[in-house]
Amino acid sequence: MKQVLKYREIEGKSTGFWILLGGLGALIALALGAVLYMEHEGHYVTGMTNQIVWGMPHVFAIFLIVTASGILNPASIGTVFGKTLYKPLGRLSALLAISMLVGGLMILVLDLGHPDRLIIAMTYYNFKSIFAWNIILYNGFLAVVAIYIWLMMERKMNKYYPAAGFIAFIWRLILTTGTGSIFGFLVARQAYDAALLAPMFVIMSFAYGLAVFILVLMAAYAWTKRPLGDAVLFRLKNLLGVFIASVLYFVAVYHLTNLYAAENNGVEHFILMDGGIYTKLFWIVQILIGSLLPLAMVYHPTIGKSRPAIATAAALVIIGGFAQLYVLLIGGQAYPLEMFPGYEVTSSFFDGQVSSYSPSIWEITLGVGGIATALLMVTIAVRVLKFLPVTLEDAVVDPHAAKTD
Amino acid sequence: MSDTSKPMDPTRRQFITKAGGAAGAAAIAPGVFLTTPAQAKPADQPVSNDKRWGILVDANKCGNGCNACVTACEEENGWGSANPSEDHSSPEQKAHWIRKVTIKDKATQHVTTLPMMCQHCENPPCVDVCPTGASFKREDGIVLVDKHICIGCRYCMMACPYKARSFIHEDLKDQKPWAPRGKGTVESCTMCVHRVDEDGTPACVEACNAETHKAMVFGDLYDENSEISRELKQYGGKEIRADLNLNTGVRYRGI
Ligand code: SF4
Ligand code: SF4
Repeated sequence: MKQVLKYREIEGKSTGFWILLGGLGALIALALGAVLYMEHEGHYVTGMTNQIVWGMPHVFAIFLIVTASGILNPASIGTVFGKTLYKPLGRLSALLAISMLVGGLMILVLDLGHPDRLIIAMTYYNFKSIFAWNIILYNGFLAVVAIYIWLMMERKMNKYYPAAGFIAFIWRLILTTGTGSIFGFLVARQAYDAALLAPMFVIMSFAYGLAVFILVLMAAYAWTKRPLGDAVLFRLKNLLGVFIASVLYFVAVYHLTNLYAAENNGVEHFILMDGGIYTKLFWIVQILIGSLLPLAMVYHPTIGKSRPAIATAAALVIIGGFAQLYVLLIGGQAYPLEMFPGYEVTSSFFDGQVSSYSPSIWEITLGVGGIATALLMVTIAVRVLKFLPVTLEDAVVDPHAAKTD
Repeated sequence: MSDTSKPMDPTRRQFITKAGGAAGAAAIAPGVFLTTPAQAKPADQPVSNDKRWGILVDANKCGNGCNACVTACEEENGWGSANPSEDHSSPEQKAHWIRKVTIKDKATQHVTTLPMMCQHCENPPCVDVCPTGASFKREDGIVLVDKHICIGCRYCMMACPYKARSFIHEDLKDQKPWAPRGKGTVESCTMCVHRVDEDGTPACVEACNAETHKAMVFGDLYDENSEISRELKQYGGKEIRADLNLNTGVRYRGI
């Protein structure tokens, strides 16, 4: 018997709830303190240099922004592709998309040399710049998804939400393509000079987004003691497996095509063989711990059915995602610009040398603060608005799926 | 914001008076009159695109061990050894407007040195990517950063193939009025635009000539009779990373 789907605010009266709020708030306060310090002193207190200009904050920010797009998948699958099993997840999925994006943008803005010039960034546009386009895309995304949520929640407007869901779906594909293109346009840097980066970012966003979604969903239902059936969870973890495999495929193609292009041989050799920390991060964290291991876990006939294992697999995907962005972003900058092919280059400005980068505590604190901001937004939103279905038991979600799965 | 703008005040005032007289020119080159360092042009001579400034470097003449161009730029624009207030920044964080690069041919072991700075690209990637338009190219080909609009995103530094740009990591004192340098903004070689606008020569070129190396020629690439055009015509000149089709204003010989 299929029951009607009911959404309700979480109670939010337990000690645990207040500890969660307080903890997230504290992390945000620390991040703001770090920002004040960095802005007052100047960026010399950070790990960034004139060789590695985008550091740890960018790794966090790009992770969140990419995740924001991918985390809309459960909503899109429900709305755009009409899969009933995903419909109850739509609200949470859209809420997470907004929160992750806000968290990521916060980091990005606060790491600027002049965060106080935000107004300038919002009013002076160079329309040739993909970065400027991204500012518009991000703001538009927030608006579209907010409307989408409203249409989902407001019964009278319910019939319009599939249209909004469709727009949001298209918008976020463009948005991630835009984020990927930030790198794709850096023709000077061997590591980024690939049209493949934009689609690769889209598929990365699917994997990271779903991993975060699974974790948030499991935590929310466990902590509020609401039932979460296997039908939903297993469907999501199987999908995660597909996404992990797709990212692996793209990573392989990306590196193979780069190896094939003679001018990018150097940087490939660097990342894959003798890049020190970057090589280790690539093979051990990104590939082994962040891709192959979770892939094996979610598809394993018994382990794949254990909840702690599913949660662990999702967490590993997130760790692997951070490693992937770190290698791409920092490793790509650490490798020297090739200005004189066939020559050994030296200078007083570190030409021809691999640059080193060690993230400062301030940059990491800012990054963590961005994540905390996203999570705090989610926590408060599910407390005051009806985002979470009262139950996601198999019988409620999809009686068919429950039987066949 | 106040940190950066304080030391600029004298120049700004100068900017206001001059820009007032050159209102007509503002339309020809939008953005130009917002720039602090570029305001020495007399009101009746707007920056125009009948000129394209360039520098030709002859690496064969460039003295191995000679650092005259770098020192001259430091003195002229108040950075590096000429600005001790940049003392918190690590060597990797300190600004470099121009540097001497030594290259050794892996096949022949032949060693060459050359000065490296902003190449004043005709199709500058830094300008293309800058979200606010703070990076801009003047009509005469000189690429500059408007320090009032720069938000310090460093995207231009990511995009520049020559590592020509530096980010200011701390508050600086003792700045030259024509070269304001603000914490949290990006800067690079201005081709000594303040001198060029008064029909002068960039400090590096002047210093190189004074050293009698004469490895650098400055001039108008559009003027067939200028020394730089004649030399380029006779001996040719290479762009570094010519494969990127940036059509740089700085050209090299002997590499
Ligand atoms: S050399 Fe670099 S900073 Fe100078 S114009 Fe070209 S891209 Fe811009
Ligand atoms: S750092 Fe400044 S000049 Fe460079 S791209 Fe950003 S806003 Fe433009």
